[in-house]
Amino acid sequence: MGVWGGVYPEYEIARNADRCVVCRVCERQCANEAHEYIPEINKMAADDAKCVNCHRCVALCPTRALKIVKSGNTYKENMNWTEKTINEIYKQADTGGVLLSSMGNPEPYPIYFDKLTLNASQVTNPSIDPLREPMETRIFLGAKPNAIERDENGKLKNNLPPQLKLTMPMMFAAMSYGAISYNAHESLARAAEELGVFYNTGEGGLHEDFYRYGKNTIVQVASGRFGVHKEYLNAGMAVEIKMGQGAKPGIGGHLPGAKIVADVSRTRMIPEGADAISPAPHHDIYSIEDLRQLVYSLKETTEYQKPVIVKIAAVHNVAAIASGIARSGADIIALDGFRGGTGAAPTRIRDCVGIPIELALAGVDTRLREEGIRDRVSIVASGGIRSSTDIFKAIALGADCVYLGTAALMALGCHLCRSCQAGKCNWGIATQTPELVKRLNPNIGYKRLVNLMRAWQHEIEEMMGGMGINSIEALKGNRLALRGVGLNEKELAILGVKHAGE
Amino acid sequence: MDEKWCLGCHLCEYYCAFAQTNEKDMARALKDRKIAPRIQVEDSGNVHFAVSCRHCKEPLCVKACITGALSVEDSVIRIDPDRCVGCYTCVLICPYGAIAPAIAGATAPEGGGLVVQKCELCLQNKMGTPQCVQNCPNAAIVYEDRG
Repeated sequence: MGVWGGVYPEYEIARNADRCVVCRVCERQCANEAHEYIPEINKMAADDAKCVNCHRCVALCPTRALKIVKSGNTYKENMNWTEKTINEIYKQADTGGVLLSSMGNPEPYPIYFDKLTLNASQVTNPSIDPLREPMETRIFLGAKPNAIERDENGKLKNNLPPQLKLTMPMMFAAMSYGAISYNAHESLARAAEELGVFYNTGEGGLHEDFYRYGKNTIVQVASGRFGVHKEYLNAGMAVEIKMGQGAKPGIGGHLPGAKIVADVSRTRMIPEGADAISPAPHHDIYSIEDLRQLVYSLKETTEYQKPVIVKIAAVHNVAAIASGIARSGADIIALDGFRGGTGAAPTRIRDCVGIPIELALAGVDTRLREEGIRDRVSIVASGGIRSSTDIFKAIALGADCVYLGTAALMALGCHLCRSCQAGKCNWGIATQTPELVKRLNPNIGYKRLVNLMRAWQHEIEEMMGGMGINSIEALKGNRLALRGVGLNEKELAILGVKHAGE
Repeated sequence: MDEKWCLGCHLCEYYCAFAQTNEKDMARALKDRKIAPRIQVEDSGNVHFAVSCRHCKEPLCVKACITGALSVEDSVIRIDPDRCVGCYTCVLICPYGAIAPAIAGATAPEGGGLVVQKCELCLQNKMGTPQCVQNCPNAAIVYEDRG
């Protein structure tokens, strides 16, 4: 990097010399080698330029001698050419490369969840105390039959297509083995089993050790078809076709060869060290009819015992696409909004392509209802779900369930440093380096996931009680439970929500 | 102790040394002091292992102690500093290297006359529960009865 691109570090490692006891845990735990011990003076030093702000050292420092601060260096202030823009230009002029980023879109787009408030019962309708009365958060995902059918004796026929049963309306989003570590997958699988929900293999196949969690597994088939074979498709309780991802709609995936180590290679069924390229499109899908062929191929393979999920990124004409998917024979549609996470995506795509999940979800639910096909599919919302209230609002907007990706990783230790693409995750999540992977002990990880989900379940029950409903099903698509604050007419119309005070 | 999860971060050593000081604040307790923890992490490449007293069922150190300074109390091997004469027989005989001479000027001798030191599960200091277990970031050190 020459004098032109001398980008000053964005963050500085602030060390309180009075509190540092030179235990060197920061040095030992930083995979980026930002900390260094200077024996001559028995002191620690730091190279701010290597710091990715992952907070591993901050979290482990036993004397709270460390913190990471935003560096005070500024260019001449300019609202058009911001520091971020200037740094990106220097970086690209320096390298000639596409900018890469990880995790979800961090840009300041409106977050509609934060502009929706919830209703509660007062005087004319009773609220329910969830600590005294049973509250039902169980849901079933899958196509629901249109009509009751009877046999020649007048007995009810069981015409219910296969369903996924969940104890709460949330599950873990697709994150592949390869993108995240073995220990991260084990944590997710064990948590899903304990909670009675599902985790999703992502597109990297299923490690042989995890077939035993099949009752809580959704297996994914993506454009690269990595690790897909008959046993794999039958290993889980549902099969998901990944057409798109909220963080990078229209873009495929690229897992660098460095991450294709022994077990990842075997699980993905590709050679060690070979880059795993997921093409942007499925090369056999160019229409809803083609999609239908894949849906039914998968149903044939799984003997019509497992629901098929089609996951798409929320893009401009998402409602029409969802209508097509509902007619393709899919049982569940997963919508991934533009704040959804990723292990690596071109920055421009992540930050500028796609639409917010709230609008996509409301648009899809409305469209499917208008066309009378809403019951043919369940809808799973994902991409930036941050709390139990986000889940609650998503269900009121029409979702049956949500996928949690980023929030789950945060329970496992992720500090959102957004450097997954470097493969040096100090928290043992987005890495395949053995000494880093072991930093995530699944015995701790799965309990933290269980804690988070149970806490959110309790909060959902509280909100349900306050509204006077005792079953989460009663909230689904109930947009009267929501009011908008500070939204314009168009936004309210798309969300199908009244403004507060109306 | 499960080496599968030990990261070699050496935090246990510092929490151990801190516990012996009976101070409230680790920075004040350990700043500019050489520590002599009763748990020591052995490192070899990517393998790390924290070694401390295993509180053996049939402890050789207790048998070998010439003054009766070492004894078993409620399955924990304790040391009585008033009885210890510093012959170091226990240091030599412990097959795990879990007993060490107390280094002069080391952190926190809990009163004068301490010549050897070993893990007493933090029963002899204000903490009361093993601090290495409580503060291990990856649950590599566990406290459990293995019969």
